Amino acid sequence: MTALPVATPPLAHGPAFWRRAFAHRSFAIGAVLTLLLVVAAGLSLVWTPHNPYDVNMSAKLLGPGAAHWLGTDPYGRDIASLLLVGARASIAVGLIAVGIGLVIGTAFGLLASARRGWSEELIMRLADFGFAFPAILSAIMLTAVFGPGMVNAIIAIGIYNIPTFARITRASANAVWSREFVMAARACGKGSFSITMEHVLPNIASVLIVQATIRFAIAILAEAALSYLGLGTQPPQPSWGRMLSEAQTLLFQAPMLAVYPGVAIALAVLGLNLLGDGLSDLFDPRLARKR
Amino acid sequence: MSVFLFKRLITLIATLVGASIVVFLVLEILPGNAAQILMGPDASPDAVQALAVKLGIDRPPLERYGHWVAGMLTGNLGESYAYSTPVSELVLERLSLTVPLASMAMALTALIALAAGIYAASRHNKLGDVGVMGLSQIGIAIPNFWFAILLILLFSVHLKWFSAGGFPGWSEGILPGLRALLLPAISLAVVQSAILARITRSAVLEVLREDFVRTARAKGVSRRGTLWGHVLRNAMIPVVTVMGLQFAELLAGTIVVESVFYLPGLGRLIFQSISNRDLIVVRNCVMLLAAMVVIVNFVVDILYAAIDPRVKASDI
Repeated sequence: MTALPVATPPLAHGPAFWRRAFAHRSFAIGAVLTLLLVVAAGLSLVWTPHNPYDVNMSAKLLGPGAAHWLGTDPYGRDIASLLLVGARASIAVGLIAVGIGLVIGTAFGLLASARRGWSEELIMRLADFGFAFPAILSAIMLTAVFGPGMVNAIIAIGIYNIPTFARITRASANAVWSREFVMAARACGKGSFSITMEHVLPNIASVLIVQATIRFAIAILAEAALSYLGLGTQPPQPSWGRMLSEAQTLLFQAPMLAVYPGVAIALAVLGLNLLGDGLSDLFDPRLARKR
Repeated sequence: MSVFLFKRLITLIATLVGASIVVFLVLEILPGNAAQILMGPDASPDAVQALAVKLGIDRPPLERYGHWVAGMLTGNLGESYAYSTPVSELVLERLSLTVPLASMAMALTALIALAAGIYAASRHNKLGDVGVMGLSQIGIAIPNFWFAILLILLFSVHLKWFSAGGFPGWSEGILPGLRALLLPAISLAVVQSAILARITRSAVLEVLREDFVRTARAKGVSRRGTLWGHVLRNAMIPVVTVMGLQFAELLAGTIVVESVFYLPGLGRLIFQSISNRDLIVVRNCVMLLAAMVVIVNFVVDILYAAIDPRVKASDI
């Protein structure tokens, strides 16, 4: 018996897709900004203008110049180097937190969609319950018990992502389960697990990719907020949020210290949001066929 | 409607009970002996035991949970270890700032977003639409606490029109209090209004494509008359429900913004209590915030069903 064809998202791969992608303004700008973020974080692993951990009180609060392109902070540390290394914390938290939400949330959503009935109802009610705890609230609870830190921030943001991925997966998967090729697979005797892995998951992958991009942006914002509050990345590890917290006490002496980290956060989030918007348009077959 | 309301009420109660169990487990059971934590590792066992009896943590967990829930329902939230004050008094005092702040932010959000969204929809695919959507993309990307710092930089440091932080108290008058909350409310409103403007624009554009709108125009109703008399009433249904959900987000957002402006609200109380290891205050404040989020979502569900009968029918 020949294998049933696995349905793939239409118009979602190949050179034609990439040509359309880079002709799409949101995707192109988003891709460039996101690439800048990744390059900054990657570059910081092998090179920074100065050692970001070096304290040099004789060079504190210097303005931009040849030696320090964006100036120095109250401890004499190079701002440009801190920004590059800070990108690492944002990406690490974003990747892991979104990964937690994506893996666990998608699993729950697929289970709810495949089993239906009371399983689906229970999982969706648990997802509703998860929305009662925004990331900051979860982080506060974890911090009160286990102390502040990047790990607790990641767990809090990851837990916050699970209900969103569960709901989106279930909604998208339900639409696929009602398709004729899935009914044909069931008629041929395929089990729910095989159908989920071979037919449902590939067909909802594009939706999950778009959502992951958007949640990545939200995770970066949440990490910055938690670090600003002192609940996230701890010193001496540089973090954009904590740079803002330190800069706030120096608004009269060095106002630009409060601008650079905020611009970095805004550009990273803007890039990911535009990338998500672009991918959403590119994966929508109705918009693609209009071209 | 009564069946729908009953089902939603059961969900509400189940969610609140579930939230209370999670909060109790994480903030009461997981930390271990709270009396030992408060007194430090070098405290004598007798002193620790005396404090444990005073705090009520020598009783079994189930009894403590029941006592806590009963206390929440009767307004008895226990006593703060750090302030030696009933927790309910502390919370009410702080809520008198947090709730007005969130409400002001919500009002500003609605004002900015509805105007921007309707304007963008009426200038669809023209410069005005592109401009508003571009600004909204930037607005969504800006962290609200960074925007708050920029507002302080401009209005407090350079222009000196507003104080950089603090709250004079409502006893100084309504206007001084509202003035102190204006910059915090604006910083909270920026992100939410950017999101709501996009939703408003989409909702208005969707209704503009409906047949009844074309009919109204064909009958001679002016563009403005069609917009205000027919389009907006229908477009506002999803917009109002999203506003309700955003109020819940704003409540969570006040935690960060209160720290930026040193406002004595619920968020600052939570952080001070964490520093003081005053877990009873943290527990009650976290539960209160979670309950407010859940209840607002419940009210939004009910309002949506009351406005749009298709929601009730699909749910039953």
